[in-house]
Amino acid sequence: MQWNVVIDNFDYLLFGAYPEGPLGGIALTIVLAVISIFGAFWVGLAVGLMRLSKRRWLRYPAMVYIEIVRGVPLLMLILWFYFMFPVFFGTALPEWDSVIISFVVFTSAYVAEIVRAGVLALPKGQMEASRATGLTHFQAMCYVILPQSLRNMIPSFVNQFVSLTKDTSLAYVIGVVELTRAAEQVNNRTLSAPMEIYLTILVMYFIICYVLTSFSRRLERKMARYQARG
Amino acid sequence: MLPRLVLNYQFQWNVVLSGEYLDWIIKGLVVTCQISAVSLFFALVIGTALAVMRLTRFKPFVWFTVAYTEFFRNTPLLVQIFFWYFGSDGLLPRPLLVWLYERDFEFAAGVIALTVYTSAFIAEEIRSGINSIPKNQLEASRACGLSFVQAMRYVILPQAFRIIIPPLISQSLNLIKNSSLCMTIGVAELTYMARQIESYSFRGFEAFTINMVIYLAISLLVSLAINQYNKHFLRMAG
Repeated sequence: MQWNVVIDNFDYLLFGAYPEGPLGGIALTIVLAVISIFGAFWVGLAVGLMRLSKRRWLRYPAMVYIEIVRGVPLLMLILWFYFMFPVFFGTALPEWDSVIISFVVFTSAYVAEIVRAGVLALPKGQMEASRATGLTHFQAMCYVILPQSLRNMIPSFVNQFVSLTKDTSLAYVIGVVELTRAAEQVNNRTLSAPMEIYLTILVMYFIICYVLTSFSRRLERKMARYQARG
Repeated sequence: MLPRLVLNYQFQWNVVLSGEYLDWIIKGLVVTCQISAVSLFFALVIGTALAVMRLTRFKPFVWFTVAYTEFFRNTPLLVQIFFWYFGSDGLLPRPLLVWLYERDFEFAAGVIALTVYTSAFIAEEIRSGINSIPKNQLEASRACGLSFVQAMRYVILPQAFRIIIPPLISQSLNLIKNSSLCMTIGVAELTYMARQIESYSFRGFEAFTINMVIYLAISLLVSLAINQYNKHFLRMAG
């Protein structure tokens, strides 16, 4: 057992080379996850609402998007975006941008399904009543349906954020120095304690994800009480 | 500043879809299927065992299964793969390791990681399937004189599995998609082969697109199967 390797490099696992060099380690993992979930929320909301639309030219593209993205491994998507960019734009995209785009695209398809399920879970009377009071479909969505259903979706969003945090480890393959890559670098430098290093970062990931998961479970139980029923 | 769209790239699909490269893709597909099938088998066995252990209400069993599922569900698969590949030196028994090193350690590490990861998810699916069977089924079977194991084997599990099959199928689909991560430790599956074609021919875009189509075809077939099953099952149920 060589835990001193882990202890010596622990600051590198936390922040990478920051402040002398670029940010890395678990700090970068969190930044990556937060930026991506923010983008994925808005894209996913749009796609989810398109998927629910009665107009075919809105619904079908959303269906195709969701099916394609959900049918493909994230790793594949990351590599595909990374290699697609030079083909269509002549220059390579920085790893960071390319990986964020992949995460946003990937997660937004799952968010879209959450949004769809959340809106469908509301009793139908909500929409009918708001339309009857003279709101347009758009207004009814913005002021009546979404405020209620988005609140109900919060636990699912948190779960999605947990998966995304786990998925950020895949940024490793194109060389973003987040926690997994940082650990690999430490491992390559020392070559004596792979088990200790990987166990440490497993526990680091676990702490973040477990805290969030238990939070979402608590939230779910709490929110079940305020659910509008049909 | 946004990059400008330039379309002077000559797509060469036939380069990737012929000769040696096509062979690689087919070989990769075979390895993907192999690693997924082997892992699925072990994950089903371990997942069922975990779910049943959890239901025994024997405290050490319950603690163990809760710790197992929570830990492996809340950590990234990629790191788990690295852990088993680089760090299993001191964990697995020596003779087993030697035996594996002589054969295909990459494949074995991939199978171990995928099995452990997937079994945690499968255990939860099976547990919720078993929980959805009314409790008095178990009580009634115990009252008839069946032992706990017999009641599970002949009464509860056969009913539960019918409910669990759709989520189990989608878990196996996840498993197939997750098996792509094994390329990072050098298992020559589909994604690895695409990467290799990219570095031999610089036709990365074509290779990855074809791979995406293959994955997509697999998952569309599987979701079609789930829908058919659901329709069939719903008709049977009522």
